Amino acid sequence: MNSPSMVSMFRWMIWRDLLLAWRRRMDVLATLFFFIIVVSLFPLGIGPEPQLLRTIAPGVVWVAALLASMLALGRTFGNDYQDGTLEQLLLTPQPLYLTVLAKVLAQWIVSEVPLVIVAPVLGLQFGLSQNTLWIMTVSLLLGTPVLSLIGSIGAALTLGLRAANVLVALLVLPLFIPVLIFGTGAIEATVTGTDPQPYLLLLGATLVLALAFAPWATSAALRISVE
Amino acid sequence: MLEAINLGCIRGDRRLFRDLNFKLEAGHLLELRGRNGGGKTSLLRILCGLATPAEGEVRWNGKNIRRLREEYFASLSYVAHLNGLKDELTALENLLVAERISGHQQTRQQAGDTLSRVGLANQRHLPARFLSAGQRRRLALARLLASDSSLWILDEIVTSLDDSGVNLARDLITDHVKSGGIAIVATHQKLNLSVANSQVINLSSEEGKILFAIPADQFA
Repeated sequence: MNSPSMVSMFRWMIWRDLLLAWRRRMDVLATLFFFIIVVSLFPLGIGPEPQLLRTIAPGVVWVAALLASMLALGRTFGNDYQDGTLEQLLLTPQPLYLTVLAKVLAQWIVSEVPLVIVAPVLGLQFGLSQNTLWIMTVSLLLGTPVLSLIGSIGAALTLGLRAANVLVALLVLPLFIPVLIFGTGAIEATVTGTDPQPYLLLLGATLVLALAFAPWATSAALRISVE
Repeated sequence: MLEAINLGCIRGDRRLFRDLNFKLEAGHLLELRGRNGGGKTSLLRILCGLATPAEGEVRWNGKNIRRLREEYFASLSYVAHLNGLKDELTALENLLVAERISGHQQTRQQAGDTLSRVGLANQRHLPARFLSAGQRRRLALARLLASDSSLWILDEIVTSLDDSGVNLARDLITDHVKSGGIAIVATHQKLNLSVANSQVINLSSEEGKILFAIPADQFA
């Protein structure tokens, strides 16, 4: 297997998932609107107290992002499993690691990138400063791929199970805790006027770790689930 | 060359088969027969490398397929019970995407020709969810036709196909085997394939015994 064709297979995998998502764009929009509504409910519920809103903003945005990405997780492999295309994907002549990586990347582009884009707009409701909004976007950019990567392990493990959605949440949400802590930490640091860089570096390190190990664990889980 | 060595399979607490041996070389055809629940699909999934056998191993050109993996998958095409089609994609897109993610170069022109050969010329731009069960099966056949795999593993390939579809499947398999390919076909109806090197394994397991199997060496 020469490498140009491996690259082309990888590209086509991503293109396939993006095309499928485009054909079912209601699913994607539903996740995005869920995120928007959850984040918007807090300022409405708490009332216009700028100091309080500024304090809770990092936690609210990140928790909403976690919950929104939970909604999208079931779709990562669920549809492919049901129509038999997952078996075909397992039998493609490229390493399963790359197939999984392509699928996770597509899932991130489809379900997480829109959240990252609207997050600064939502942050305005909380009266966050421009610098804080900027750091929030960077922390989401670094953190959301980790959510997709770790989430894919849970999604693969619970394939074909009843109550898979609840089970995924129980499996995966505890693993999201480091991302939540580092992500909110970075935003809080700018609110309180300290340096957010250590948190961002930690998020980056988590991303590198997740990139190295999660697709591998997901591959193993997929083989078990399909058997 | 595909070899099965002392294969055994247990599903749940039921033994489906044990000590299954056969050897298929280029230009060979293996027909799997047996009643429903006899273990045909389980055996096919083991031969694909999707399932692990309880005992024994499968070898491709002398090497265990579990070690070869991608190298083995490159020469394998599997048509399962489920057609593996995406409802949201058109017939043409389904074929193109399936071939390209398997590493086969395939132009739109070629894919269109392949669709014409399986009788889906007028449906090429129709989303797969509007195709009938038989047309979906034909689309799965198109995938086989478009690939250059040497090993075909086919599970109940003629299900929901009409007479001309059955003839098409029969011709495809015969051509493939005659041109030096290997085909393993599970079916509960007679396909009447006219192939010189053909073996039959009947997986009518009762209490885990294979009642009737023709080993490869009798045909050699």
